[in-house]
Amino acid sequence: MPQPRKAVALISGGLDSLLAAKVMQEQGIHVEGINFFTGFCVEGHTHAIRQKDLNKPKRNNALWVAEQLGMKLHIVDIVEEYKDVLVNPKHGYGAHLNPCLDCKVFMVRKAHQWMAQHGFDFIITGEVIGQRPMSQRKDTMPVVAHESGAEDRLLRPLCALNLPPTLPEREGWVDRDRLYGFSGRSRKPQMELAAKFGLTDYAQPSGGCCFLTDEQYSRKLVDLWQARGDRTYELDDILLLKVGRHVRPAPHFKLIIGREDGENQFMEGYRKQFITLRTVDCPGPLVLVDGNPGEQDLVLAARIAARYSKGRALPTMKLAVAERGGPERVLEVAPFAPHEIPEGWYL
Amino acid sequence: MKYQLDARRLLCPLPVIRTQDKVATLAAGDVLEVKATDRGVLNDIPAWCRINGHQVLESHVDGGEVTITLQVGNKE
Repeated sequence: MPQPRKAVALISGGLDSLLAAKVMQEQGIHVEGINFFTGFCVEGHTHAIRQKDLNKPKRNNALWVAEQLGMKLHIVDIVEEYKDVLVNPKHGYGAHLNPCLDCKVFMVRKAHQWMAQHGFDFIITGEVIGQRPMSQRKDTMPVVAHESGAEDRLLRPLCALNLPPTLPEREGWVDRDRLYGFSGRSRKPQMELAAKFGLTDYAQPSGGCCFLTDEQYSRKLVDLWQARGDRTYELDDILLLKVGRHVRPAPHFKLIIGREDGENQFMEGYRKQFITLRTVDCPGPLVLVDGNPGEQDLVLAARIAARYSKGRALPTMKLAVAERGGPERVLEVAPFAPHEIPEGWYL
Repeated sequence: MKYQLDARRLLCPLPVIRTQDKVATLAAGDVLEVKATDRGVLNDIPAWCRINGHQVLESHVDGGEVTITLQVGNKE
């Protein structure tokens, strides 16, 4: 018996990539999944941090998909390499800071490298023509294949019939007649195919697996870059953009205010990197102050922090301020009333 | 041999990635104890082990800390 041909499948955890991998398995192809961690993945983070979500069932959808299909999954940390994709996208951004086309090219290129290193034959994705306005269009499909270097070793089983035959099809590794010609934004064909395979439990697909497609998140990232005068970031920066209420009273400092216990606990881990504020004699949030505030700025920050504490109705209250893990000193301030904090300060 | 991995303060999937990368350096039969603070590992590390042929020997939660002990399986 000849060895089965081997394909590496880009697995997001959504329905399309699940189906693409399943379609290949049905043709006797040995499939292993690859999943990339950019740092902007929505997967689980907010649930992991927020106390109210502590008891919600959490699962990594990519791992779950791999388990359903009985295939291996390789999760690859691309946080560092991804910075250049986000900061310098050749094809620009989508509606927000989402560099979807460059991102797809990058991921297919990484998968192509992995394929070559591990002796696999081709790459599959769950792409569907017309599914996404930026990265999944008829005219961008060849761009991804070419710029990634994958060329005709990139097969999209769900929309292959709308595209020229790829190497696996021409060589007869894959039967083109058993591939699909899905197109457009409708999810119905995918749901029907899932039903045909007996798959009923899958992540609801919405393109919402990346924080860069989120307007508010993108606004906070732009603000971070503007404040620093530099379009760079570290993983901690982009994780903290997912946490707390962000308030910028002035270009040179911003507050991150914990919204609940889970966030406060997560932020505790950053005490040595930030100025912190906490209430002294009543419950209140932990506040991280990012930037270089002066003494008057700290008083202002304390008044904002006080507004989010249980002592907000008191005439004055005490807050402990500490410089990057140093000793605490106490400030006594009058909490702001809600209307005293301009709307424009909220990010 | 028994090894340890500190994945505390990392959010999923990073503890899984660190586990995966550590296991890649170990031999079949080796034991790895992973400490983490993201409770998502209670699902994710066992799922990763099942997919890749490793065995979870024990897992427990102590306050805010999760410890998962796994034994490396045959990596083909």
